[in-house]
Amino acid sequence: MQQYSGFGLLKHSLSHHENWQRVWRNPTPKKKYDVIIIGGGGHGLATAYYLAKEHGITNVAVLEKGHLAGGNIARNTTIVRSNYLWDESAALYEHSMKLWEGLAQELNYNVMFSQRGVYHTCHTLQDMRANERLVSANRLQGIDNEMVDAEQLQKEIPSLDCSKGARYPIMGASVQRRAGNARHDAVAWGYARAADALGVDLIQNCEVTDMEISDGKITGVKTKQYGVLKADRVGCVVAGNSGVLAKMAGFQLPVESHPLQALVSEPIKPFLDTVVMSNHVHGYMSQSDKGDLVIGAGIDGWVGYGQRGSYGIIEHTLQAIVEMFPCTSRVRMNRQWGGIVDACPDASPIISDTPVKNLFFNCGWGTGGFKGTPGSGNLFAHTLAHGKPHPIAEPFSIQRFHTGALIDEHGAAGVAH
Amino acid sequence: MLHIYCPHCAEYREEEEFHCAGQAHIARPLDPEACSDQEWGEYLFFRKNPRGLHHELWVHAAGCRKFFNMTRDTQTYEIKEVYKIGEQPSVVAE
Ligand SMILES: Cc1cc2nc3c(=O)[nH]c(=O)nc-3n(C[C@H](O)[C@H](O)[C@H](O)COP(=O)(O)OP(=O)(O)OC[C@H]3O[C@@H](n4cnc5c(N)ncnc54)[C@H](O)[C@@H]3O)c2cc1C
Ligand SMILES: [Zn+2]
Repeated sequence: MQQYSGFGLLKHSLSHHENWQRVWRNPTPKKKYDVIIIGGGGHGLATAYYLAKEHGITNVAVLEKGHLAGGNIARNTTIVRSNYLWDESAALYEHSMKLWEGLAQELNYNVMFSQRGVYHTCHTLQDMRANERLVSANRLQGIDNEMVDAEQLQKEIPSLDCSKGARYPIMGASVQRRAGNARHDAVAWGYARAADALGVDLIQNCEVTDMEISDGKITGVKTKQYGVLKADRVGCVVAGNSGVLAKMAGFQLPVESHPLQALVSEPIKPFLDTVVMSNHVHGYMSQSDKGDLVIGAGIDGWVGYGQRGSYGIIEHTLQAIVEMFPCTSRVRMNRQWGGIVDACPDASPIISDTPVKNLFFNCGWGTGGFKGTPGSGNLFAHTLAHGKPHPIAEPFSIQRFHTGALIDEHGAAGVAH
Repeated sequence: MLHIYCPHCAEYREEEEFHCAGQAHIARPLDPEACSDQEWGEYLFFRKNPRGLHHELWVHAAGCRKFFNMTRDTQTYEIKEVYKIGEQPSVVAE
């Protein structure tokens, strides 16, 4: 793999940038692999990378029905944080956060991880109590999170309306200063490039249409383009389409797929150097390095696979943003889109074995799995390598929906992100 | 934006008046105490989540406040039919 560096940039400029190496190969699939990963989104590619890097398993294929990173990984609003409530989640998201902090170096790819802080604004006493509880829980878990009052908040974010005259006045906020955002497509490409360099086959335009199962054990998958591909173990990481793949394998999941929308504005001068989210007025916003405002909010309540949602949601979201940032009321929106998010009843993901032997699912990340990308891949690789979960992943088994040991993160997951 | 016909009001109204309450025709176990953890978990949490035809429960929340069923394509978002609680769909998902 050609190393990227400032010097390399200079060198290639001498030949008009025409001699860069291809970022990954475009191989024809082999008939059999040790591990097949279905889904070439962020989580699938990260899984492949860690399988090769940490477990030495390189006879691996990632099967992607479209192009790499065409799904949620490049549709999200890029918020990364680890201030969830329960110990199980804290362990999971903090594991991910630690990987984020060294990711650009590790992958030799600029993922533009920017720890600019994420604020949760509080507009009611209940909001304040919930966030104080969250901050206290995080402190006990060894995760940074703190409360700021409205006056301090106003100093830190001048454009945020912290006045008493607001319709839903802000009483304070919690802030995780190590949180922030990253360039989402770069994360996927960085993992793809690094996995490819370690020998992983990235197979694009390869849709899995069925599973080869005999005696309750998976032996391979059927694909539209290449027929049957055999594998000892199969990991399914298809986000919004998890229910469709589960159906092929003959079981149901405690997951429903919903459209989740986001939008960006025209680029404007820098005025917001952090991320602000409000569970109460229900919207969140950051400003990208290009200057456009990146805005998101809630899901459409019905099951939908169409990668588009209803207009009412956008209207509601923009009302919330203008409520918080009145100075944005005349900014025009440039683009709007949707992704399909696979939501679990307890707003926590599933990293688990399944009723089919040697078939594993990593799904249910819902509206908040971007931040989990490195951790999810890292832990799922462990599951696929050993046939049983890493201790951090153990509580996230599908079994919890039978035992009742749910990990209820509706409070900390808050407004969809 | 979905344009939904409420079978009770006998009118088309905008989606914002309605609320989707999830998969329809989920029968509550007659004797919950007799369910295994497996069965009870399945009843509470596991769903069809189909890519295609879906029977779902809706409520006309900001209208007559009555519940009804809808058969909808989750891929195209086309509403195939609405029918009242207790009635069976004529367009059936596999
Ligand atoms: C609008 C929006 C905003 C969001 N904001 C945030 C945020 O701020 N912070 C955060 O943490 N998370 C956020 N998320 C959630 C996050 O994007 C997802 O949880 C995460 O990206 C899902 O994992 P993934 O990257 O692997 O999914 P995807 O990128 O969707 O990957 C799944 C892949 O599987 C492929 N696939 C599906 N079916 C098949 C098949 N049959 N055969 C082969 N391949 C198949 C798909 O084509 C797709 O490429 C947001 C999501 C959306 C939609
Ligand atoms: Zn009605």
